[in-house]
Amino acid sequence: MEAGSLTPRTPVIAVRPLAAIRRYVGRWGLIVALAILPIYYGVRDLTHGYAAGVVAGHPVIHHDLTQLGFNFAVGISNGAIWALIAIGYTLVYGIIELINFAHGDVFMIGSFTAVGLWGTFGIGLSTGTAGVIGGLLGTLVVTMIVCGVLNVLIERVAYRPLRSAPKLAPLITAVGFSFILQNVGLLWRGGSPQSVNDLTRQGDTVFHIFGVPIVRGYLMALAVMIPLVFLLGRFISATRMGRAMRATAQDPEAARLMGINVNLTISLTFLLGGALAGAAGLVYALYNTNIWYFQGFKAGLIAFTAAVMGGIGNVRGAVLGGLIIGVIQALADSRMGPQWTEAVVFGYLIMIMVLRPRGLLGEETREAG
Amino acid sequence: MSSVGDDKQTPVGDGVPGAGDAPVPAAGQAASTGTEAGAARDGGFAELRAQLREWRAAIDRVLPPWWSRGLAIALIVIGIVLPFFFSVDSGFMNATIIAVAYAVMALGLNIVVGFAGLLDLGYVAFYALGAYSLGWFGSGFFYKAHIHVLVSPVAGTLPGIHLNFLLVLLAAALICAFAGMIIGLPTLRLRGDYIAIVTLAFGEIIGVVAVNGQSVHLSGGETLTAGNLGISAVDPPYFPGIGLFNELNLRPWYWLILGVMLLVLFVNLRLRDSRLGRAWIALREDEVAAVSMGIPVVRTKLMAYSIGAAFGGMSGAFFGTYFTVVNAEQFQFGFSIFILAMVIIGGLGSIWGAVAGGLLLGYINYYLIPDVLNSLPSKLGLNFQLTEIEFGIYGFLLVMMMILRPQGLIPERRRRLELTAKVSVSSTDAELAEPSSFRTTGVEE
Repeated sequence: MEAGSLTPRTPVIAVRPLAAIRRYVGRWGLIVALAILPIYYGVRDLTHGYAAGVVAGHPVIHHDLTQLGFNFAVGISNGAIWALIAIGYTLVYGIIELINFAHGDVFMIGSFTAVGLWGTFGIGLSTGTAGVIGGLLGTLVVTMIVCGVLNVLIERVAYRPLRSAPKLAPLITAVGFSFILQNVGLLWRGGSPQSVNDLTRQGDTVFHIFGVPIVRGYLMALAVMIPLVFLLGRFISATRMGRAMRATAQDPEAARLMGINVNLTISLTFLLGGALAGAAGLVYALYNTNIWYFQGFKAGLIAFTAAVMGGIGNVRGAVLGGLIIGVIQALADSRMGPQWTEAVVFGYLIMIMVLRPRGLLGEETREAG
Repeated sequence: MSSVGDDKQTPVGDGVPGAGDAPVPAAGQAASTGTEAGAARDGGFAELRAQLREWRAAIDRVLPPWWSRGLAIALIVIGIVLPFFFSVDSGFMNATIIAVAYAVMALGLNIVVGFAGLLDLGYVAFYALGAYSLGWFGSGFFYKAHIHVLVSPVAGTLPGIHLNFLLVLLAAALICAFAGMIIGLPTLRLRGDYIAIVTLAFGEIIGVVAVNGQSVHLSGGETLTAGNLGISAVDPPYFPGIGLFNELNLRPWYWLILGVMLLVLFVNLRLRDSRLGRAWIALREDEVAAVSMGIPVVRTKLMAYSIGAAFGGMSGAFFGTYFTVVNAEQFQFGFSIFILAMVIIGGLGSIWGAVAGGLLLGYINYYLIPDVLNSLPSKLGLNFQLTEIEFGIYGFLLVMMMILRPQGLIPERRRRLELTAKVSVSSTDAELAEPSSFRTTGVEE
């Protein structure tokens, strides 16, 4: 917990009438709310069954949990992408208490950069396996650098001059930059979604677990997310600069007095967050084989929900939240129809705010107390 | 600054002195008021700034004490007679009507964000609800009903619910006030950024419901909204005496929305100086202190949400009838930011600033970008139209405004005092990085 936590601990003072009920709801309300969707649909699949296909004109009704497992597989792999983005939100919020609205659009620029780099590196559908893997690794590194640097530049231009201003000010410049980046994307690749080469053949089934097909896309998303998160965790907990980040998150003033270069540390935080968003951008392009300039806005809001759900300022929380939101999204997509997904995710966001503003793994903060 | 003294005597004082220095070139304006960011940046302009301040003080001495009120009345009179200088269907009048309606929205959002300090990023929800109020109560959408109240003879024969536009406005205001309260409830325990996110989430949910409302069936077999198809053939307003409301005669539309704006403006001014307005400002400045002074935080915050929302709904209903269609595609997150940009560019918490920001961005959006400057990129050899990147332009404006002039074009009196006073008093929490430039701006007298 300490390793991944960037938010300072503050004592909890809550003496109100009905405090016990409130505490109870605060502790379990969100968890119950999260469990409702999968349990409801799981029970429904078992009792009512679901149409698993059509044979000779008659729908085949199954009574098992395979469809739920399928939802979970899709959700967790999608959630891996959200987790990578959510870490960027959570790191930045942990250190300067700013919702970096432009972060989702940095992710979008990451996708665009990655797809552009495929052309530069000359990898296409006819490239051999080794070429694709090498090219994608190169793309991953360059995309991460590009997005990290972009994020640092945004911080330098839009947030640093406003560090002593009221907190509303950097939030507004963040929104402003979000729009600027969106329009950069719009001019770059036009206003409609573009399909890109399915380089990894992400839809190919690799193996089955309990009848749930596991396709390459799922494995790829996790294969990028897990090592990156592990490295980040090591960096924050074990290196000198990581310690500087934690110190700055706790108290920038004291950190400065201790000889930490606060501005550099904040830039580093933005670099890390941007780099992870870049990685997410590449994975998104490979996984969804489809990019457009507006993807960043939606992804940003979903990932922010994930960060809040996990407990903002907490890296592990962000990963957990990302995976949970991914599953919620997959359930909503397949059960209620994709047009309602956004409303469901935002409904959960509001529920988090009402039931447990500090999130699943987070501590009480000044803002959300 | 003697202008501050003048302000205290006149209720409309916060904006009009600012309007008075409109002829000052933009660069001079940016430098004329000392801010933390500005001071750190252009310390070299200190002399110029002092000079400007001196001139402004001299101008204030020369003018009679009632000049700001006089200017306000003159502006209103000019506003009323404005349509006579343009043809009845000119593009400029169209832009003006929309800009005034935006100003109404900005005035509403200014109550929430500017007065009460609750950053609302879901204001589009009230645009949507206002517009749907019109769609529901002023068109043939609910074709099974036959309700007609004070409508034109034409609409009186059509199926559906047809209420007079004033009643629709009232309905929109009530619906939005209620929705604003609902949106406000979960944010009561939260502060700052979290409020922004919750309101944003609500705005998005309303947008999703608007788009998918076609599949939401009400009891009578009718749907909730018409989704992206839009509710079309909505009633134009009907007021015998000021002319026919149609696309070829824009004057009655203009007077209608101008009247709405003046009403909203008046309510705003009275609210600001009321007990409630002072409570909002106290909450904005320091919630803990305000609560311990006995301000009822729940009621005060909810009032801010619902009153702000009501104005947004009124403007939304007007937009619905003016655009003759209520289409779910209109209700995007970008719209919330667009209105927020108006409030911020005008000056957070400043009533005249909200009006100015609304008019300015309205004109930029509906006149300057599409009509005047749209072909600029192609003239420069670039292959796009300026309308495509309008939101990028607003984003850029927001960033620039926040960095160069965070108090807005026409700053609120209190905020201006705060900014100047803070610089001169607080040497303790001033940035240690640039002490010299702080001193230079800090010395006022």
